[in-house]
Amino acid sequence: MSATVSIPTILRTHTGGEKQVKAEGSTLQEVITDLEANHPGIKDRLVTDGSLHRFVNVYVNDEDVRFAGGLDAQVPDGGTVTILPAVAGGAR
Amino acid sequence: MARYESLIDALGDTPLVGLPSFSPAPHVRLWAKLEDRNPTGSIKDRPALRMIQQAEAEGRLTPGCTILEPTSGNTGISLAMAAKLKGYELVCVMPENTSAERRQLLEMYGARIIFSPAAGGSNQAVATAKEIAAQHPDWVMLYQYGNPGNALAHYEGTGPEILRDMPTITHFVAGLGTTGTLVGTGRYLREHKPDCQIIAAEPRYGELVYGLRNIAEGFVPELYDPDVLTGRYSVGAYDALRRTRQLVEQEGIFAGISSGAILHAALGQAEKAAGGGDEADIVMVVCDGGWKYLSTGAYTGTLEEAAEALEGQLWA
Repeated sequence: MSATVSIPTILRTHTGGEKQVKAEGSTLQEVITDLEANHPGIKDRLVTDGSLHRFVNVYVNDEDVRFAGGLDAQVPDGGTVTILPAVAGGAR
Repeated sequence: MARYESLIDALGDTPLVGLPSFSPAPHVRLWAKLEDRNPTGSIKDRPALRMIQQAEAEGRLTPGCTILEPTSGNTGISLAMAAKLKGYELVCVMPENTSAERRQLLEMYGARIIFSPAAGGSNQAVATAKEIAAQHPDWVMLYQYGNPGNALAHYEGTGPEILRDMPTITHFVAGLGTTGTLVGTGRYLREHKPDCQIIAAEPRYGELVYGLRNIAEGFVPELYDPDVLTGRYSVGAYDALRRTRQLVEQEGIFAGISSGAILHAALGQAEKAAGGGDEADIVMVVCDGGWKYLSTGAYTGTLEEAAEALEGQLWA
């Protein structure tokens, strides 16, 4: 189960400047764990106290994971995970 | 009866049409509510006219008054038409990176435009309008982001029309800007169909638009009610354009780019519903027609070229 993860500019220091990286996992939790293994330090930028950081939005196939199970959101094989700083109108 | 006293009275009661070619399984159907069939060609006629009528009823708006509004285009065009017919002046605060057609339409209707910096997007237009309002206390700011009339127009109009035409609705998908469409329509639908999914599609802009802003500055419209939403999609320019073109190619519907983003979210839900096996009737909003976006290059050349041309523009 492989997903393509889009990394925002502010987190690219962890990926050597890469905009997109591959990660394994069938849930968002597993994908982030796999990301951390290859790009140390990135997990702390995304997760605090076992849930997603307030100022980060994560989308699986463009759907906001906060409405789809949070870290337990399913990531289909070949899916996309998009990480964005929370700036858009209506962000909590 | 399709005869009206004036253009303003020809509001709403828009058609709901099927999108059979997008159906991923026989038990999952998609429907489009064609809001381009409103007096000035967009869903914004509903909140704009409602907010004006309310301000008139409250005595805040009297002939000769100046209306001030932050708008990326469609609400401004609706207000400009109504202002012309009713004898008001209109001042719009608009980001400088919106399409040329929107500017031209506003000017044709006689509105004054004050531009706000491109990099700040709609949020900057709101902030600028609030500053101008403080300097001109005699001007009336209807303020679509916080005016309950915006959501009420959909609670009393869009919502009942949809339920009347599609009593088996399972999903409602619309754009998230002022949040009025989703909050108003969503509230009505959930009251009558508690299991109805209310899905937001919002534009995802490139870093040319967001790059200069601090992540803590996220602006939440006062109308927003997170309890109404059950899902939320963020759609980039490429996918919005791809879906916009599919709407023309597969169903003959010539829609604006934000409607493509809404279709993208609707298809995401359709895919999930197809896997589940339950009957689904997914109703999406077509916000406006494609006419106002021709100059953006959205409908010509390759998708990559079109997406690149939109980079740095506010397309929804």
